[in-house]
Amino acid sequence: MDKETLLNHELVPKHEILSEKDAKKILEKYGITKKELPKIKTNDPVIKAIDAEEGDVIEITRDSPTAGKTKYYRVVIPA
Amino acid sequence: MIEKEIGEISFRLMDPETVREMSAIRVVVPDIYDDAGYPIEGGLMDLKMGVVNPGLRCKTCGGRKDTCPGHFGHIELVRPVIHVGFGRKIYDLLRTTCSECGKITLTEEKVKEIEKEPEKGIYQFRKIRNKAKKREKCPHCEAEQKKIEFIKPTSYRENGQRLRPNEIRERLERIPEEHLEPLNISKENKPEWMILTVLPVPPATTRPSITLESGDRSEDDLTHKLIDLLRINQRLADNLSAGAPQPIIEDLWDLLQYHVTTFMNNSTTGIPAAKHRSGKSLQTLFERIKGKEGRIKGNLTGKRVNFSGRSVISPDPSISIGEVGMPLEMAEELTVPMKVTKKNIEKAKEYIENEEHPKANYVKRPTGEKIKITEFNKEELIEELEPGYTVERQLKDGDPVIFNRQPSLHRQSMMAHRAKIMPGKTIRINDGIAIPYNADFDGDEMNVHIPQTTEAQVEADNLLRVSENLLSPKDGEILAGHQDYVTGLAVMTTKGTKFTKKETLRLLKKAGINKLPGDKDKKEYTGREIISELIPNSIDMEGKSNLSEEKVKIEDGQIKTGTLDENTFGPGGKLTREIADEEGVEEARRFIDRIGRVTVEALMMKGHTITMKDYELDEKINKERKKIIKKKEDEAKKDIKAYKEGRLEPYPGKTEKETLEAKVREKMSEINSELKDLVYRSFDPKNPGVIMTKSGARGDWKNLVQMSSALGQAAVEGKRLEKGYKGRILPHQKRETLSPQDRGFIPNSFLEGLTPIQLFQNAMDGRDSEIDKGLNTRDSGYLYKRAANALIDLKVEQDKTVRSASNQIIQFNYGEDKIHPQNTRGEVGIDIKKIKNKVLKEKK
Ligand SMILES: [Mg+2]
Ligand SMILES: [Zn+2]
Ligand SMILES: [Zn+2]
Repeated sequence: MDKETLLNHELVPKHEILSEKDAKKILEKYGITKKELPKIKTNDPVIKAIDAEEGDVIEITRDSPTAGKTKYYRVVIPA
Repeated sequence: MIEKEIGEISFRLMDPETVREMSAIRVVVPDIYDDAGYPIEGGLMDLKMGVVNPGLRCKTCGGRKDTCPGHFGHIELVRPVIHVGFGRKIYDLLRTTCSECGKITLTEEKVKEIEKEPEKGIYQFRKIRNKAKKREKCPHCEAEQKKIEFIKPTSYRENGQRLRPNEIRERLERIPEEHLEPLNISKENKPEWMILTVLPVPPATTRPSITLESGDRSEDDLTHKLIDLLRINQRLADNLSAGAPQPIIEDLWDLLQYHVTTFMNNSTTGIPAAKHRSGKSLQTLFERIKGKEGRIKGNLTGKRVNFSGRSVISPDPSISIGEVGMPLEMAEELTVPMKVTKKNIEKAKEYIENEEHPKANYVKRPTGEKIKITEFNKEELIEELEPGYTVERQLKDGDPVIFNRQPSLHRQSMMAHRAKIMPGKTIRINDGIAIPYNADFDGDEMNVHIPQTTEAQVEADNLLRVSENLLSPKDGEILAGHQDYVTGLAVMTTKGTKFTKKETLRLLKKAGINKLPGDKDKKEYTGREIISELIPNSIDMEGKSNLSEEKVKIEDGQIKTGTLDENTFGPGGKLTREIADEEGVEEARRFIDRIGRVTVEALMMKGHTITMKDYELDEKINKERKKIIKKKEDEAKKDIKAYKEGRLEPYPGKTEKETLEAKVREKMSEINSELKDLVYRSFDPKNPGVIMTKSGARGDWKNLVQMSSALGQAAVEGKRLEKGYKGRILPHQKRETLSPQDRGFIPNSFLEGLTPIQLFQNAMDGRDSEIDKGLNTRDSGYLYKRAANALIDLKVEQDKTVRSASNQIIQFNYGEDKIHPQNTRGEVGIDIKKIKNKVLKEKK
């Protein structure tokens, strides 16, 4: 599947790479290090499509049946 | 607290050198004590392996009975033996590697190729093994590969020739290190360590001997086993040095293998278990760990506890759902510690003084010494008592206790109740709280636990209290109240139910109300008026009713219209929920208590019972019933005829037979629903059975139909009956008729009685559903357990993140909306409209 189709697929929520600064903010907000974040592997199709690298923090914006929209964060780890 | 994080735990084979290094002594003497009862040097209880007898000192660490942790010893095996745990792995290695050069019998290219494939670890090894075992020639040294056979658990043959452990060991030694990874063996292991040359002897502390009352000493099973093992080892050594003939050596060797095997695992399949003289199997290493009574499930995951009790439960509607009736005998045994202070010292002395129930059982000195209070030391102890002491007093009314019924499937399986001491031997509970425990009174037993610290008492009382658990954490629905209470409510609030002044007073007295409803003195009061007295004035609501045409309407706590039933009260009841919302859970609990007492009293006044006659159909209705059954049966017969003549149009994707079955089953279930309508239409709404069914107190329309009209279709495995004899269910039937009645449709009612054939058909259905129930509870129970274990350490933190025990974030916002479902109202979630109306009303 090509990049565009993949990222625009209705079952694929929005994935964004957070800037170093924003990532730090998130970690500070929850009082954690990257180790405590949920993970996503470098070989994940979305990660490849958005050109994220190991150590990047990804912000995922999903539709939620209870909250409308919800944010989720994952750190990219080697496959 | 020092926190340390375990990075990893790795398991590996233990090499013989490590065994010798960690050993405190080489054990050689197959005996334990000398004639003087002193441990023999070099024997199995040698003091170098630790002490189990008081008074002696450990020769390794110098510690005594309770300070020496115990130390391993070792036995040098005269001949190597197979480790049972690795029988299969050794077999695999022998088949996969060359008997001459030890390399994998595949070319290096082939191995590389397999390594590139996605399967790793054991799966990769299996692939390699499956290819290699077929090779008849080694591609590296051209040696011919013979067929290896594995005779479980520890023997191997090559072309019918016995392969001895020493020979196997030599072969495993030849496997080159770089071939270990594709064989799924990690670098720190050497495959030859799977063959034992030296055996660790567990410390004496892990197999302590016990002194019986008679003064005789009884040894642990492991020690017994080790004695046998040592004896054979010694005999084998003697025979070897004496140059005994080969067959004798072989036999002894096999015997040594047997002892080493059973020392580790005495439930190995394929060999007889080692037994005591009494015939009981020995408990060796494997049996100590495995299973329900084993170390893991029996001692680590689950333990026996003190300060707990268990008894049969029985119902008592006069106590609160927040209370539990504790048998006096139990209360006299269970104690609550009471720290003596300046403030309570007089009270404590009183407890010690008391001759009867709430008295003190023990006094604990600040030194930790515990003294049982007797008639004789009583005065002394009172004299001695001062702040700092602890008095263990008996359980008394009002103490919080944790009450539990297994299986503890959800939070509400363990709730805190207030103790109420009662005569009798059973634990009493209000049956209004039986539902969350899934308890009934057909012999169910339940457990109580007495919290032992102030913190535990407060915590139990605040978090586990029944009223705190009235709302289901799943969806905020009410969990308590049922059956008789619902029936009673339905009877009382039916339009036209009246009570005399005297009766009204008696009913209200049960709820602790001493005055009549309303201002005026009336001759008669309706049930609705009486129940309205129990509903807080803040309640305004509208709701469904199964029993009355009108909706249930409550204004300012007064029932205006409608008959109350399961929709308003009991599990999922909206009225109770409303009270919990408006007045708090404690008030809701009180409401359930009072409704329980009043309705039960009302039922006793009015009387509520069923009889056979209630389920008789009058002539006209009976005719109608027969017509319904006949009509549908005829329709089904038509389909059967069509099928037999090959005229039946099959449903898409179904065979003709399947189509016929589906059609007939459809007809039969139509009979059920038509009979249901008939029953509901013809029965008097005041029929007690109908009241119970419609109000949702107990039973459903199926029970009514089966008693009065027809049992309906008997089914096994979801299909019409088909098993039994060839082409028929019972030998009394014609073959291949396929007719509704021959295949389990029962047009008779329980009231009419069944024919012998019908009885068997019903029994088939009954047995099938009983089996089904058993399987389903087992499967779903296991599934639940796995889900619960996976989620057990997850916790919602203060910042509303969900985190695991190792602080891993699982969810950033609990449930994505940060709302506890207990605080929601079903599908509405949070009812903003209601909150708005309430606020506006308050403003006015
Ligand atoms: Mg039961
Ligand atoms: Zn020691
Ligand atoms: Zn070879």
